[in-house]
Amino acid sequence: MTAISTSGLTKRFHGGQLAVDQIDLAVPHGSVYGFLGPNGSGKTTTIRMLLGLAFPTSGNATLLGVPMPAGANRVLPRVGSLVEGPAFYPFLTGAANLARYDAADRTADPATARARIDEALDRVGLLAAARKRYRHYSLGMKQRLAIAASLLRPRELIILDEPTNGLDPQGTREVRALVRQIAADGTTVFVSSHLLAEVEQICTHVGVMRTGRLVFQGSLSELRRTGAARVTVQTADAEAAAKVLAGLGLADAQASPAEASPGAQPHATALLGDALPEQVCAELVHAGIGVRGYAITSPSLEDLFVGLTGEGFDVSG
Amino acid sequence: MSAARFFGSELRLVLLRRRNLLLLAVTALFPLVIGIALRLSAPKPEGGNGAGVAFFNQLAGNGVFLTFIALSTLLILVLPVVVSVVAGDSIAGEAGYGTLRYLLAVPAGRTRLLAVKYGVIVTFGLCATFIVSAMALAVGAVLFPVGPVTLLSGTTVSLGTGLLRLLFVTLYVAAAMAALGAIGLAISTLTEHAIGAIAAATILVVVSEVLDNVPQLGVIHPYLLTHWWLSFDSLLRVPVDTSALLHGLLSFAAYALIFGSFAWARFTSSDVTS
Repeated sequence: MTAISTSGLTKRFHGGQLAVDQIDLAVPHGSVYGFLGPNGSGKTTTIRMLLGLAFPTSGNATLLGVPMPAGANRVLPRVGSLVEGPAFYPFLTGAANLARYDAADRTADPATARARIDEALDRVGLLAAARKRYRHYSLGMKQRLAIAASLLRPRELIILDEPTNGLDPQGTREVRALVRQIAADGTTVFVSSHLLAEVEQICTHVGVMRTGRLVFQGSLSELRRTGAARVTVQTADAEAAAKVLAGLGLADAQASPAEASPGAQPHATALLGDALPEQVCAELVHAGIGVRGYAITSPSLEDLFVGLTGEGFDVSG
Repeated sequence: MSAARFFGSELRLVLLRRRNLLLLAVTALFPLVIGIALRLSAPKPEGGNGAGVAFFNQLAGNGVFLTFIALSTLLILVLPVVVSVVAGDSIAGEAGYGTLRYLLAVPAGRTRLLAVKYGVIVTFGLCATFIVSAMALAVGAVLFPVGPVTLLSGTTVSLGTGLLRLLFVTLYVAAAMAALGAIGLAISTLTEHAIGAIAAATILVVVSEVLDNVPQLGVIHPYLLTHWWLSFDSLLRVPVDTSALLHGLLSFAAYALIFGSFAWARFTSSDVTS
């Protein structure tokens, strides 16, 4: 069974803008699923639909096997969430804010509220600041309080929308450690981010969004396999080297001679494909190319991610 | 039981919020100010004509009437503003803070949240109204003689009966405020800006009062929001003019039902984007 699954989930705003376009999510039970994509690619809108805050234009979604939004009252007590940043009453203390959300939960036991609130605060390291007003919290504390709110009860699924947004590296590490702990308890974690690097270390699976479409979904190793290895030859005779590579049947052979890129080492590259690296090297030497350096490189996850989501300012929607 | 816990939690938040406490405190001051002002200008019980202020003649003879003076004076704007603040803030304020999405993700349940919010608004209106009555009664008792109550129809009833009538008058005014609260709640579901919802509800009250004072518009008067608000004076006559009271209560119920349904339809079907 999947913790989250959607089919053809679509959201068109009143203005006609397509925010989420027919996405089919499949988040395995017990996974840490990184939901990636640039700002504005439809991640938050998707999460709002998953939680029943927004209604899909078409398609459907289930959480823990229960259809949303129809089953919201049944399933949401088993789901913790942080949506688009923390939100609390600034004039209440951290503990009072949690007590308020707990009181709104018809299935929460009031007798254990105090203990559960303290435990959740303790887990995110805010017990000492429990009686401090929310308005005096730092950004990192606010974020952790929001995570505490999602931990008020044992959950089967936790949905965290950009939990590291706006945090300094230290805060980011803290949140990452928290997510690891939560996942270690067997809770499925669905965490969105616009930065792959922030979740790469904790995720088992990723889904990548681009302008409302899910352009990749699978495990991290599956994502890695989509990257093609390249051979790079450092040589003074880049043009000739590129010709040799092309002659060997390697695709996308390119030469960067010294005059083309001043300051950089002159080199030639091509996609490795099915060729054997040692054979390619031997052929280069055989052809009389003065090989100064030779490397096989696979694109980093970050490169793959940028390749999927597009770079720079083509972010729309 | 869970609804009682949620209601208690929300009510505490509203009642203990500094802004709302301040509003209630200011509201409580009005009867004192009115009482002192009237005491200073009051004619002797045996003579003079106090035209201009309703119940004025009666006040000189009985401090209980300060409650009716205070209620009818504050009903013009002060009580509606106090109720509009809490009603207009109810949903829009949560949306503005962003807490609405978390309440719904808890899940509080949309219908349940709306019902709890309305319950809090009605209770707050009840508190405000009773504070006016209680404060006016206390001030009236200190500054004016208190005894058997001579009603507007000239009949004299015992102080106990008079106070019972006062209780009904206060409840009637609270019912009027509950109807206004439903309007404020409905407006509150339309925006993320609490102040806008508060202003809109208040303006509706003023518009209704202005229209109610244009005789040429007599045909629409019975349907106006504020038209029956002051009809509580029927309770101060023997026999009680039940027709005006029933019309009033019917009007309050109609307003509460219409705007409550609107709020529900809107709140349960729209995306929460805040």
